[in-house]
Amino acid sequence: MNIHEYQAKKLLEGFGIPISKGEPVLAASDIDSAVDSMPGPVYVVKSQIHAGGRGKGTFKELAADAKGGVRVSFSADEAKANAHEMFGKTLVTQQTGPAGKQVNRLYIEDGADIETELYLSILVDRETSLFSFVASTEGGMDIEAVAHDTPEKIHTVGIDTLKGITDADVEKLNKAFELTGVAAEDGKTLFPALYKAFVESDMSLLEVNPLVVLKDGHLRVLDAKVSFDGNAMFRQAALADLRDETEEDEKELEASKYDLAYIALDGDIGCMVNGAGLAMATMDIIKLYGAEPANFLDVGGGATTEKVTAAFKIITSDPNVKGILVNIFGGIMRCDVIAQGVVQAVQDVGLSVPLVVRLEGTKVKEGKDIINNSDLNVIAADDLDDAAQKIVKAVKG
Amino acid sequence: MSILINKDTKILVQGLTGKTGTFHTEQALAYHGTQMVGGIHPKKGGTTWTSENGDSKGTELPVFATVKEGKAETGADASVVYVPPAGAAAAIIEAIEAEVGLIICITEGVPVRDMVNVKARLQDSNSRLVGPNCPGLLTPNECKIGIMPGTIFKKGSVGVVSRSGTLTYEAVYQTTMAGLGQTTAVGIGGDPVKGTEFIDVLDLFLDDAETESIIMIGEIGGSAEEEASEWLTEQAAKGRKKPMAGFIAGRTAPPGRTMGHAGAVISGGKGGAEDKITAMEAAGIVVSPSPAKLGETLLKAIG
Repeated sequence: MNIHEYQAKKLLEGFGIPISKGEPVLAASDIDSAVDSMPGPVYVVKSQIHAGGRGKGTFKELAADAKGGVRVSFSADEAKANAHEMFGKTLVTQQTGPAGKQVNRLYIEDGADIETELYLSILVDRETSLFSFVASTEGGMDIEAVAHDTPEKIHTVGIDTLKGITDADVEKLNKAFELTGVAAEDGKTLFPALYKAFVESDMSLLEVNPLVVLKDGHLRVLDAKVSFDGNAMFRQAALADLRDETEEDEKELEASKYDLAYIALDGDIGCMVNGAGLAMATMDIIKLYGAEPANFLDVGGGATTEKVTAAFKIITSDPNVKGILVNIFGGIMRCDVIAQGVVQAVQDVGLSVPLVVRLEGTKVKEGKDIINNSDLNVIAADDLDDAAQKIVKAVKG
Repeated sequence: MSILINKDTKILVQGLTGKTGTFHTEQALAYHGTQMVGGIHPKKGGTTWTSENGDSKGTELPVFATVKEGKAETGADASVVYVPPAGAAAAIIEAIEAEVGLIICITEGVPVRDMVNVKARLQDSNSRLVGPNCPGLLTPNECKIGIMPGTIFKKGSVGVVSRSGTLTYEAVYQTTMAGLGQTTAVGIGGDPVKGTEFIDVLDLFLDDAETESIIMIGEIGGSAEEEASEWLTEQAAKGRKKPMAGFIAGRTAPPGRTMGHAGAVISGGKGGAEDKITAMEAAGIVVSPSPAKLGETLLKAIG
C-alpha cells in the first residue's frame, strides 16, 4: 500500500523526525486558509499523487509552458494562485503513464534554506535478507540513473536484524553522506528514528529524496515516499485510514474486496488463473501467440465459488475484453469450485465473448463434468498450449 | 534417491487442527503412506486428531503442545507449517529452537519483517526452512509435504525447483507426460525473503545420483535467478553439470506492480524477465519461451 507525501511526513513526525511545517489541502475551498496559516515568506505547493516525478510533470488542462506539479512560491498570493491552478487538474509524470493522475490533494509547505541535497532510503535487501539503508550524496536526482552512471556514489548499509541499528551503522551513514558537525550530530538521532519508523510501521520502502542539510547545518526530511508491506496490514490498523482509494483502479479496488490479486492491463483477453506464477505465465503465452492480456488475475489457493464469481464479473466488466481464458491447475484450488463459480457467474451476468476453459489437477473430472453438464458455450482445452491458441484464435479469428 | 525428503521422513504438522492443515494432512497420509507423525497445538496438547476423509479416514495422530515435545515423542525430522500469517513466523522460530532439521512453511502472506527475523534466527541454526508461500516438496511414491497434487507425479529422473506453485505442477505434469518422471520437486516460494534459494536446491540436485536433469522455474523480481546462473557456471567449470531447462514467468508484467507473489515485482529497473533469461542461457540452461513446453524443452536439453 502507498500513501501520500503529507501522510508519510505526519507519520515520520510521530517518530521525532524533523520535517518542514506544512498543511494538507483536500478541497479547493481550503486553499486560502491553509496558505494564510503558514509563516511564509516562501511556500512550496506540492501535488499529492501516488507517483514520482511531480516537479517535472505537466498538467493536461494547462498550457504547455505552465509550471509543474511542485511549485515554489514567494508570496502568499502567488502560493494561492498556484494552488488554485493546480487543484483538480490532471498531472502527467514519468511514472503516471500518459493518462496522468487527477490532483485531488495538495500539500502546502514552508520553504527551506537548503545547503545540500542527499538521497536516503531504507528497503528490504533481498540478497542479504536485511533491512538496509541506501545512502548517496546525489540527492534530488533520479537515483536509478545515479546507480547506473556512478554506482560508486551509492552506499548500502545493512542492519543486523537482531542487534538493530548501532553507533557503527550511524557512523557509516554519516561518512557515506559526508556529514560533519551539527549535521553528523543530527544523524545520530535521525537515522535510528527512520529505522524505527520503518520497522515498527511494517514499511517495505522508505525513500527520502532529498534529505537536506539546511543552511543552519541541521538535517531535514524534505520529501518522503512510503510503501507498506500489504501482508502486515492486519497489525497496522491505523494505517488503513491513510489509504486513498481514488488513487486506485476501480476494478482493482473491487478485486481487493474479495482478496483477489488483480491488475488491469491494456489487452483484450481476460484471464482467470490460480497461482501468481501461472497467472503471469498465462499472460506470457497469450502474448507469445500474438494477442495481449487484459489483466493479471490470481484467484488464489483458497477461492470459494463466491470469489470465483466475483472474479469473473470483474473480468467481464472490462469493455476491452473480447475473450476469456480460464486456466486452472488445481493444487489447493479444486477444479470443481472453479467450474461452479464460472457457471454461476455466467448465469448472473451472461456471457457475450468466447470462453476457453482449461482445467487440470485436483478434482479435474468433477470440474469438467460441471462445465460439460451446464449449457454454457465453453471451448474446452486439453492443455495450456491448446488453451492459449484457442482463445487467441477465437478473438483474432 | 531423492533430495531432502523420502519414505523415512517423519513429519509434524504445525496448524494440524485447522481446516487447511487437516485437509492436506489427510491428502499426505493417503499419498503412499507419507509419515505424518503428529500435530502441534499449544492448547490442544494430549488430544488426538482423526482423519475423516479419503483413503486415510480413521487414521489418528497425537497432538502435542510444543514442537519440542512432539519431536521428542515421535522422532520427527521435519515440520510443515499451516499456521495463519500472524503466527507463522513464531511457529517457524519454535521449530528452529526445537532443532527440527527441515521446516516447510506453506502459509501465504507472512509479513516481510517477520521473515527478516526468521532469517536471522536460521543463521547458525540446525534447521533448513523451505518457504514461506510455497507448495512444499514431493518425492514421488515416497513422501508428500505440502499442497502439491500427488496424482500428476511419476517416479523418475528430473529434479524440479520453482518459485511458483502452479508452475511447479506444470513442470511436473509435463515431465510425467514426457515419460521422464521426477526425483523430487521443491517449491521454494514466491516471497522476497525466504528460507531456501535456488542455489541450495540446485546444489542438492547436482549431488543426487538419480537426478539426471533439472527444471528451474523463476519469475520476475529480485536476482536469485542471476545468482543461481552465476553459481551454475562456476560449478560447471568444476565439472558439476546436468542438463537443465528453465522458464521465467512475467515477461509481459508491467514494472512497479506486484504480480500476486510479494516477491514478483520489477523495481528500480531491476528484476525484469529478459535479464534473467539472458543469465540462465549464459549458464547453459535451455529456457523455454512457453510455459506449455517445459517437458519438450527439457528433452531438447538432454539431447
